[in-house]
Amino acid sequence: MRCSAARAGVVALALVPALASAASAPDKGDTAWMLVSTALVLLMAVPALALFYGGLVRSKNMLSVLMQVFVVFSLVSVLWFAYGYSLAFSAGNAVIGGTGRVFLAGIADPANGTWALASTFSKGVPMYEIVFAVFQATFAAITCCLVVGSLVERIRFSALLVFVVIWFSASYLPIAHMVWYWPGPDAYVAGADTAALDARAGFIWRLGALDFAGGTVVHVNAGIAGLVGAWLVGKRIGYGREALRPHSLTMTMIGASLLWFGWFGFNAGSALEANGTAALAFLNTYLATACAVLSWTAAEWLLKGKPSMLGAASGAVAGLVAITPAAGNVGVAGAFAIGAIAGLVCLWGVTGLKRLLAADDALDVFGVHALGGITGALLTGVFNAPVLGGPGLVIDWVSGATGYPGIAVQLFAQAKAVAITLLWSGTVAFVAYKAADRLVGLRVDEEHEREGLDIRSHGESAYDH
Amino acid sequence: MKLVTAIIQPFKLDDVREALARAGAGGVTVTELRGYGRARGHTEIYRGAEYVVDFAAELRVETVVVDERVDAVVDALLEAAHTGREHDGQLFVVPLDQATRVRTGEAGDDAL
Repeated sequence: MRCSAARAGVVALALVPALASAASAPDKGDTAWMLVSTALVLLMAVPALALFYGGLVRSKNMLSVLMQVFVVFSLVSVLWFAYGYSLAFSAGNAVIGGTGRVFLAGIADPANGTWALASTFSKGVPMYEIVFAVFQATFAAITCCLVVGSLVERIRFSALLVFVVIWFSASYLPIAHMVWYWPGPDAYVAGADTAALDARAGFIWRLGALDFAGGTVVHVNAGIAGLVGAWLVGKRIGYGREALRPHSLTMTMIGASLLWFGWFGFNAGSALEANGTAALAFLNTYLATACAVLSWTAAEWLLKGKPSMLGAASGAVAGLVAITPAAGNVGVAGAFAIGAIAGLVCLWGVTGLKRLLAADDALDVFGVHALGGITGALLTGVFNAPVLGGPGLVIDWVSGATGYPGIAVQLFAQAKAVAITLLWSGTVAFVAYKAADRLVGLRVDEEHEREGLDIRSHGESAYDH
Repeated sequence: MKLVTAIIQPFKLDDVREALARAGAGGVTVTELRGYGRARGHTEIYRGAEYVVDFAAELRVETVVVDERVDAVVDALLEAAHTGREHDGQLFVVPLDQATRVRTGEAGDDAL
């Protein structure tokens, strides 16, 4: 399904009376599934990502990482409902949405029991727009939290918040709009309107790129922003000389496991319905992750002599990242391949590639998220092919007919989406860090960094010892 | 009166405590610490970063014994802490001027 690439565009901007007709009312099962999925994605950020990251830093910086993730998640959620949702998912131009949904204007009138409807990927199957808006809020918020991993142990807390406000507004929102905004399937009634309707969709959507749950929007976007940050904020004191050892791989394992669990909401929820595509995305998310755990562990065992817990946990995240754009866009064969390949590629990302980049990307946001996201985005174009067990994509939204343009064509479309995201996000991130540096100073002073951010930035300690 | 200090491997503590009790050591103090001797530590790998950890976890076992018991206690320690591999540790004996039991004020050998 071509549709698997997209998030629902807003079909009914005007309020539709609830239960006006049985056919137009959202399905209760779909609604329940989407609300549960939304809560699952929240769990991925707090506590899952916070614990995954927190366990990897030294104990003197544990609380600062938990705090960075917790507050960035909250900040972006508030911005999302204020203006983010409108700019990402209401009608606008090819790059950015409009202001019609600022502060969720017109999305619901609970006093009268009327709710605006948004489209899913199926004709005649609407969802409450308020459900779509809250589901998408968690995506925006966790994406900004991912960037934290590159900056930990030396970023100034206020600088992080300034950066996030700018980067969320100028990178996350346009990328989400470009990749996922489209008029929705119900708009496509007559073939003569197709070109005009296509022209209303986001720029990257129009290139024909598939991104089921956020390979480009979430992982490539955050990964390159993290790398640019690691370059600009500089290496941690003692990097390459002192042992900057993880203080609790137990926490990291718990975090990775909760990520795996929550990711079912992220990927299977991105089907927007409780249907077969959601089930396929669920299975692929389960399977690709297990494959990546095995491939990373096996390669590390072979190359370094020992299979490590951190390797297994990192492999899981690599698999989850890579299957994200593919989840409902590939078949089971694709999940086997994408998972296994992602484990190997990301292991190289945190070892060989990391040495080449010469940046202190402390928790390997680029090596795992950007590289895993790129791997997944490109392989989605390959394993979408019906001949490789994939579902293909919708080539005509009027009839709903599916097809596949050929591996070279689809791979090129995927590559363009990746390249645009890298360039756009990298540039915005550079400007955002420079602005934060000018305003409040990007990095804490040396004494502050040596004593630890927990005590100096937040006035508390994680552990009593 | 002698202070006998042994640096031992943590997993040997139970054997050492039993041996010291049999050899007549009255009380034992144990401290967790890290250190290295001739044998250096180990390598830890976290993704792309490799760290050589010089300091290994060790235990310091201290007991004060009357002069007549020193040989028996030293022999007991040497036997109980021994594996024959690296990191087995070391043993020191130093003379002690004075000992006093805080509760009763007893001094010298009576304090032990």
